[in-house]
Amino acid sequence: MNNFKTIYAIAFLVATTMFLSSCHKDKAQPDLGSGPVTLHFDSQAGSGEFAFGTNYVTANGDTVNFSKFNFFVSNVVFVKTDGSTYTPPKDSTYRLVVESLEESHDLTINNVPSGDYTGVKFVIGVDSLKSVSDISQRTGDLDPAGAASDMYWTWNSGYIFYKVEGTSPQAPYDPMMMGKMFFYHIGGFGGYTTADVNNLRNVSLTYAGEAAHAGKGKAPEIHIYADALQLWKSPTVFSIVAHPGIMVDPFSSTVADNYKGMFTIGHIHND
Amino acid sequence: MMKLNLSLFFIAVLLLSACKKEPVKKEMEVFIPSNFPAPVYDLGINPFTAKKFELGRKLFYDRILSQNNTISCGSCHQQFAAFVHAGHIVSHGIHDRLGKRNAPPVMNMLWSKDFFWDGGVHNLDLVPPNPIHNPVEMDEDLGNVLEKLRNSSVYPALFKDAYNTDEINSTRFLQAMSQFMVSLVSANSRYDKFVRREGGTLTTTELSGKSLFEQKCASCHASDLFTDRGFHNNGSQNIITDSGRYAITLNPEDIGKFKTPTLRNIEKTAPYMHGGKFQTLEEVLNHYANGISNSATLDAQLKQNGSVGIALSDDEKAKIISFLKTLTDDDFLHNRNFSEQ
Repeated sequence: MNNFKTIYAIAFLVATTMFLSSCHKDKAQPDLGSGPVTLHFDSQAGSGEFAFGTNYVTANGDTVNFSKFNFFVSNVVFVKTDGSTYTPPKDSTYRLVVESLEESHDLTINNVPSGDYTGVKFVIGVDSLKSVSDISQRTGDLDPAGAASDMYWTWNSGYIFYKVEGTSPQAPYDPMMMGKMFFYHIGGFGGYTTADVNNLRNVSLTYAGEAAHAGKGKAPEIHIYADALQLWKSPTVFSIVAHPGIMVDPFSSTVADNYKGMFTIGHIHND
Repeated sequence: MMKLNLSLFFIAVLLLSACKKEPVKKEMEVFIPSNFPAPVYDLGINPFTAKKFELGRKLFYDRILSQNNTISCGSCHQQFAAFVHAGHIVSHGIHDRLGKRNAPPVMNMLWSKDFFWDGGVHNLDLVPPNPIHNPVEMDEDLGNVLEKLRNSSVYPALFKDAYNTDEINSTRFLQAMSQFMVSLVSANSRYDKFVRREGGTLTTTELSGKSLFEQKCASCHASDLFTDRGFHNNGSQNIITDSGRYAITLNPEDIGKFKTPTLRNIEKTAPYMHGGKFQTLEEVLNHYANGISNSATLDAQLKQNGSVGIALSDDEKAKIISFLKTLTDDDFLHNRNFSEQ
């Protein structure tokens, strides 16, 4: 009974405080020697800026025009210049990056211990442990009724890790969509009771320039470029004609091996 | 009306005493039969309460879950047919669109490891989003269902009853649905009362059927769940038309495999097989005796000693069917608590 009263009281206080100070940035850090680090995902097409509704040419010579570009990031690890690592609490590292939603391009992780970081590792997708968790563990970006509703397969329970769609004159005409569509919806965490396709991919990036200086009073931003055209480029060049649409398909692993290479650290901002 | 008054009163009390917890009542419980294996669904994460069960039941029978408010779970999962769609080879969903597989029973799901014929869903909480999203079933968006529930005149109060908050989210919605589904336990057939020594008796014919069943059928229809909860190709359908489990795992060995269905209440759940191909149990046994079509992934149990099928005489088939009928559980099929209220 008393516990409940206390919980209610705390919840009320927290809610009120949040409401009253919702415009303030969180200044107090529980650990004096730590601070936030933001991963900012910046879409690219080749070496230029990415935009929807623009024609690009793939490595195979096909013309593509994107209408959707989304991916999941999780399990972030920061790497210091000396090679040591900091692994934040896993639940603070799930981010669904949706190109059309500006606010989804940033993943801010708080309380990163002070230090100089030139590397970052993460998983493209939602790790298998989270992929088999019960519904109460799937909140925020992972809520299949909310942020993740467009990135979740209901018939083959699991998150879609990577989803791009668009049009291409090389794609076959889709009477349902009334256009020449390409689409790549890639998921597959390895299966729950059997060994199914596993399209989780690990990314490890390092930056040759000045490190991100994390710590009290600092808020560095690591800008990560995501090259949308990498999808058709390497290690396997493939054509739109051969694979205009991939979902649950053995070729999905080839697609994942390709887009895995789309990330680079473009630059780092220190405040 | 009485109910509504009572719940309004209850809300008023809650509002007046928002910091007090209501005294713990003896809640209804999920029936865990002693002849069943250990449950799979974790009721520790989603503790069973009467209020959550009632909310889940209301949701199960509510057409609000479909895009145009015409189809409920109960539309294709009817209690008198052990929660399958009686008489339907495949079900018709929204706008009378036809599904591609026979509606499976919603029964003894507390013990299920995988759901649907292909096992594409591995947690009971994640079952409802599948028919809700399927364009030939409810063709609705999960987020939109929650929005409709939030805007309804009754659901916020029912969620408050169940969860002490009227904030409706996916966890609370899906856990309430799971509560109703796990409560649908069928284990009070004459067979159960016989094996649990609760006064049930089987005739000589039924007992011979039981022993024939154990020799010829129980390798897949195993334990008192009457399913090994595995996936097999039983040669009942063209595997090109529907590749079954393969669509989930992409493992060529899974082409044409489907989950072993339970045989509980089998007398009431025609038509049979994932494709709804057989109308009677006689047709089913004739299939196993001499109707199986062979293929690379046909289950090894069905091609022993170089021949395809299970050797069964007409007398043996009749005895097995008489045994299968002892699995009919009238308590379950007519339990008012499981019906639309």
